[in-house]
Amino acid sequence: MRAVTWHGKHDIRVDTVPDPQLVNPHDIIIKTTATAICGSDLHLYDGMIPTMVSGDILGHEFMGEVVEVGREVTNLKVGDRVVNPFTIACGQCHHCKSSFFSACENTNPADKAAMMEGLYGYAGSGLFGYSHMMGGYAGGQAQYVRIPFGNVGPIKIPDGLNDEQVLFLSDIFPTAYQAAENCNIQKGDTLAVWGLGPVGQLCVKSCFLLGAERVIAIDHRPGRLELAKASGADVINFEEVRVNQALTEMTGGRGPDHCIDCVGLEAHGWSVDNVLDFVKTTLKLSFDRPHVLREAILACKPGGTLSVPGVYGGLLDMVPFGAAFGKGLTFKMGQTNMHKYLAPLLERIENGEIDPGFVISHRLDLEAAPRAYKNFHDNQDEWTKVVLRPN
Amino acid sequence: MISSDTVPDDARKHKSDRESAEAVAVRAVTVGRPREEVFAFFRDFRNLAGFMENIERVDVLDAKRSHWVVKAPAGHTVAWDCELVEDQTGRLLAWESAPHAEVKNRGRVEFRDAPGDRGCEVHATIIYEPPGGALGKLVATLFHTEPGQQAKQDLRRLKMMLETGEVATSAYPDAAPRFKKSDASDAAKAAETR
Repeated sequence: MRAVTWHGKHDIRVDTVPDPQLVNPHDIIIKTTATAICGSDLHLYDGMIPTMVSGDILGHEFMGEVVEVGREVTNLKVGDRVVNPFTIACGQCHHCKSSFFSACENTNPADKAAMMEGLYGYAGSGLFGYSHMMGGYAGGQAQYVRIPFGNVGPIKIPDGLNDEQVLFLSDIFPTAYQAAENCNIQKGDTLAVWGLGPVGQLCVKSCFLLGAERVIAIDHRPGRLELAKASGADVINFEEVRVNQALTEMTGGRGPDHCIDCVGLEAHGWSVDNVLDFVKTTLKLSFDRPHVLREAILACKPGGTLSVPGVYGGLLDMVPFGAAFGKGLTFKMGQTNMHKYLAPLLERIENGEIDPGFVISHRLDLEAAPRAYKNFHDNQDEWTKVVLRPN
Repeated sequence: MISSDTVPDDARKHKSDRESAEAVAVRAVTVGRPREEVFAFFRDFRNLAGFMENIERVDVLDAKRSHWVVKAPAGHTVAWDCELVEDQTGRLLAWESAPHAEVKNRGRVEFRDAPGDRGCEVHATIIYEPPGGALGKLVATLFHTEPGQQAKQDLRRLKMMLETGEVATSAYPDAAPRFKKSDASDAAKAAETR
């Protein structure tokens, strides 16, 4: 089959690779009908995530048609159309039973989990196409994908919904929604959202779905700011505006009730701290560039929530923890507990409350993936979201 | 030592605080199944090969004795006989290699109820006396140079088997295909887009 493969920093190719096979009794194989490039794939593209190996298949946002089922799979059959969550969960362990699916204990293979335990002191669930310490599973930017625990993960899509309406159930819609839900939004709340990539865009929508009075969205790409404006947000271009001062005064001196960092470890901009971080990460003296995290801690109202769907990978420098302590902030973060959100969010899409497909800017053939990665990385204003069609 | 005696031996910093002078690894996992069930699965030594990476098979000889065939580098195997020295149903298993075994090793597994209906804690203590010379090197490879690491991975697989009925894998090529130059066909190489 053909698959999008990682060969190093800024080196994405399309290669012919072996087809996946059923291995375990709960496996299914799908023929991919649509797959997307995620903002977090750009962290791989930039070589920021450790334990990638040249030749690894990328992609964790995908959907398709079931073509084979393992002997223990009872709720899916050949021909079903499914969207697959990017985290793999067994449904049986302590964490899965507590709906904390992202920490599933049984899906990161024992030999791979050891790497993550060494780095982070724990091993999270297996992920598709996202490094060996996260399980070493082949990704979904390919013609076929093996999905473990077919009974637990993939959700069947009813007729009448097209691929583009439901594809983002695979990651970014639940991720954005969880980030908003983590803020426990109350009547009258103002939310500040940093980073208007696809997750940020859906996060703005999710905040309103969950009852936010007002959302203030922060980025520097005009196209992305316009898109958030169209969703009803007030917007701040950080190249034009002193963000913290603006947020404080725009909220009557109170500060946003809750702050959401949809950026993560590769913040842009020319603030002093970010330039210093850039130098340090370039010299491998530091891992991440947590500029947004710092800004959000300083902006947030005392007693507020700092919700972090943006991906962080390592150790952070100069986080103003004194401010966080003094304000009594609540930090909510982590990989998305995908399996908890698939059914309720599919229902919201079916009811017409939201159509996440609005973030798509480009629709391309799988073979165009190298160009798509480059453009999504270099020209973020025009390339908000890329959908690839592998078959 | 003022620390509780539930602290594993190999987590104690000072040799003088350790109970054993031998190479010891103590590792634990919590399996979300009833203690009796976990014990029964482990007590049937034929099941060990299903989750212990280095064990090719264990033949049960009688109620006390078993024959362990262990994988060695380059497709070879090493074998020895083991004897159960403690067998408390639902609680404890301990075994020792027979006196003539080339690789002297002992193991001890305790089964405890985990708090709050979380199932069963499995505490495994692996003790081996590394022989010198070539065999010593072989044994070091077998036990992953760090026996605790091997024990940890084996226990993780035990948990997977008992909780889900399968052992997670992303092994190339069937479970997780990837691009390898070595097995790309000429046609595939030609089709490469870059």
